Amino acid sequence: MSIVHQSLFELKELINKGEMTAVEVTETFLNRAQQLNPKVNAFISFNEKALEEAQRVDQRRQQGEDLGPLAGVPLAIKDLLCTEGLKTTAASKMLHNFIPPYSATVVERLQTAGAVVLGKANLDEFAMGSSNENSFFGPCKNPWSLEHVPGGSSGGSAAAVAASMAPASIGTDTGGSIRQPANFCGIVGVKPTYGRVSRYGIVAFASSLDQAGPMTKTVKDSALMLEVISGQDPHDSTTSSRRVPRWSEALSENLKGLKVGLPKEYFSDQISEDTRKAVENCIEIVKAQGAEVTEVSLPLVKYGIPIYYLIATSEASSNLARYDGVRFGHRSNFQEIPAKDLAEFYSRSRGEGFGSEVKRRIILGTYCLSSGYYDAYYKKASQVRRLLTEQFKKAFEACDVLLSPVTTHPAFRLGERVADPLQMYLNDIYTTATNLAGLPGMSVPAGFSQDGLPIGVQLSAAHFDEQTMFNVAYAIEQALNLTKRWPDVQQ
Amino acid sequence: MSSSDWEAVIGLEIHAQLLTQSKMFSPDSTEFGSGDNSNTHPVSLGLPGALPVLNKKAVEYSIKTGLALNCKIRQNSIFARKNYFYPDLPKGYQISQYDQPLCEEGWVEYFLEGETKRVRIERAHMEEDAGKSLHRGEYTLINLNRAGVPLLEIVSGPDMRSAQEAAEYARTVRSILLYLGVCDGNLEEGSMRCDCNVSVRKKGADRLGTKVELKNINSFRFIEKAIEYEIQRQIDCLESGESIFQETRLYDSVKNKTFPMRSKEEAHDYRYFPDPDLLSVVVETAWLEEIKSSLPELPLAKAQRFVREYQIPEYDSSVLTQDKALANYFEQVAEACGNPKAASNWIMVELLRELNEAKKTVVESPIPSAHLAELIGLIDKKTISGKMAKTVFAEMWKTGRAPGEIVKEQALVQITDDSAIENLVNQVIAANLEQVEAYRAGKTKLFGFFVGQIMKASKGQASPEMVNKILTEKLKG
Repeated sequence: MSIVHQSLFELKELINKGEMTAVEVTETFLNRAQQLNPKVNAFISFNEKALEEAQRVDQRRQQGEDLGPLAGVPLAIKDLLCTEGLKTTAASKMLHNFIPPYSATVVERLQTAGAVVLGKANLDEFAMGSSNENSFFGPCKNPWSLEHVPGGSSGGSAAAVAASMAPASIGTDTGGSIRQPANFCGIVGVKPTYGRVSRYGIVAFASSLDQAGPMTKTVKDSALMLEVISGQDPHDSTTSSRRVPRWSEALSENLKGLKVGLPKEYFSDQISEDTRKAVENCIEIVKAQGAEVTEVSLPLVKYGIPIYYLIATSEASSNLARYDGVRFGHRSNFQEIPAKDLAEFYSRSRGEGFGSEVKRRIILGTYCLSSGYYDAYYKKASQVRRLLTEQFKKAFEACDVLLSPVTTHPAFRLGERVADPLQMYLNDIYTTATNLAGLPGMSVPAGFSQDGLPIGVQLSAAHFDEQTMFNVAYAIEQALNLTKRWPDVQQ
Repeated sequence: MSSSDWEAVIGLEIHAQLLTQSKMFSPDSTEFGSGDNSNTHPVSLGLPGALPVLNKKAVEYSIKTGLALNCKIRQNSIFARKNYFYPDLPKGYQISQYDQPLCEEGWVEYFLEGETKRVRIERAHMEEDAGKSLHRGEYTLINLNRAGVPLLEIVSGPDMRSAQEAAEYARTVRSILLYLGVCDGNLEEGSMRCDCNVSVRKKGADRLGTKVELKNINSFRFIEKAIEYEIQRQIDCLESGESIFQETRLYDSVKNKTFPMRSKEEAHDYRYFPDPDLLSVVVETAWLEEIKSSLPELPLAKAQRFVREYQIPEYDSSVLTQDKALANYFEQVAEACGNPKAASNWIMVELLRELNEAKKTVVESPIPSAHLAELIGLIDKKTISGKMAKTVFAEMWKTGRAPGEIVKEQALVQITDDSAIENLVNQVIAANLEQVEAYRAGKTKLFGFFVGQIMKASKGQASPEMVNKILTEKLKG
């Protein structure tokens, strides 16, 4: 078996035992990723200094230094996280040439743990989308079927792992952007509790919802990566001071005494047959592992999509105001055609720099916050959001983990939904509420559809109770044994 | 109809730059005069992914000021984003406080023309400053050193009725800020900025007139002049049948005129909403109490104490307490010489005149408080006359030397010896017999002439009191 299909833990062991050097591992993935990228388009750019970084890890090993938990492992980083000296585009023309002078805290922590940045993963522009089709650098493809989307917005991060172009990656999740592509690509994807992971240096979409998280081949890999990136950051006031547990060391597939809740609102008749079967199979697995399964009700989740799109677009309209062509980013060619006033200076640079979905959301958000509409939209949405959070807290008094589908269907075809934004937004129907309530959530592989497309199952837990969620995911993973199945992208 | 039928209504928005070392939400320096765009952390530049982290010192200074302005301090306040586009506003929004400001419902009092006046403080809220644009014809340069510097915006009620009141209120707020050490109060450098809302209405009217906001005023004198001009402009407008537009006008100190800033820029919708990057500002009771107990004696309390303890007039005490260092100086002089009234007079008349002329503060005065106290002592002991003291004072100001030294060196000791003065008087009378005749014939105005001659003969050293006494007797004949 080639090392490219190995888990992060397995690779880490190989390097630790000295069976392979960090340079060899990095080179292997770099070669494969560069070779497959024209087909998959999972990467926007590769790190020219990846091998140098790997070399430094090997040198440190030779000098007998204590290496971090990710020493020598190459990672794909969603191109929404700032990497010092390395282009960070947010998949937008607006930032297509932007080289940040600083790194995101998440990137710094990964590098401190010894990880090597392999390259920057494709995404929907500014993380706005559910199919990775809204990228200035072209759509990313689903490695299981190149006619299908990988999901979004962290489509590149998911596809890179599924296609074994990288052993693991970092994505971000504002309304499902880690879980939905993990689900479409057959990998594990974790959105941590809001406040677990620093947002510093991550291009902001919706500040009260955004969280970065791991996307990996196994549950244990995700648990380990999350340990590395979690914890309070003096640069982000919204991070929690809570202690970060060693989830990866405490994983247990024994679910005795655990209560797994099935939110009845998430089991509608819109769900495809394949998805239903896969999820039901998972329910049987958790039962077999000793968990008690009970139905719970979250009536307010039906407002999840409207609340989400009001709050996320409102925050985005303000967060994206800094892309004005003044200090960095795309600026219209005013040398050739001067702007007649300040308004034109802005509208031309922004008009040229942003794609249509980003514009749609800026306009929506601006409208929601406008005087006369604020109370009816933003304020009302915030109030219902609070009630929704209370409802989740109540639900977690009755159960420990919620289990549901991630999406109604497996991956759809490229181009299938681009013409209908509303249909596209409904992709997030089961995932947005988790962000609105700030809960941890994840997608873990649950099976395949009849046409061979992956299907995942969504788990979520009470605030800061990632361990319970990981345990249930681990039990499902161990029972299904899907981790050694990978797509053949070479064909 | 004359302008006396109209009443002006004035409210001020004072932006005080807080004297923190780092910016409101980032670790870069607030130092004035650093090289262009050198205090520019990713947060100040509004780089992608940069996040604000609140500077606790800025909150402490704001609470201090709020307490000194007799405000209620909100123990749970929030930051909001004020969204608008301008090239020197890096994030496209300003972090400010909107519907839940830190300080509310306060007041300040000041003394003007024998009356104590009170102005309400509606609110004082924290916000970050924007950068600075320098327009150069075809292009504009932007300096972001100031972007993110902490400001406290102090909003008064519409409680002032004249330009003079407004300027006096602004001076009072400035002096409070200086006492607290939270702002350097420099209007010229812009570390304290004053926007004035001015409207006029018929005397006795209930409703307020349309207000105009005046900006770009960088001295107290210009606050008065700009408001005076604006009041008259509005009265003239209304009397000629025109109406006032709600607008922002800039003051041009050279032409002493106000003119409209921009015509289209009004109708802004700032789309305020709570900033999701920041937690609410929680002020624990213990912290609040700690800050309360650290407050210094404030100008008003000090002025009242001076009147009580030193028995000096209210006006003097309000002038002396405007500047904390001046108040300290006064107290030192008064304590050392034991004559507070004289201390106040010398400071108010002589010292302040010299300081103002030299554009110096009392801290830079070449005359230390001990010297001034010594000078007053010399007068009180009748070693020198008040007139001589002025000469000595001038010398002290010039050289920084002690008065005793100057007196000794120039042999400036007052002649208080009866016989010596009598001799002088006799000499002058003998030399001016014609005038003596005239005086005795009723031309009593000549008394001054004789005093002058005697003082001249004594080289200014004769005690004026004794000269008066002996001369009066001698002239009776």
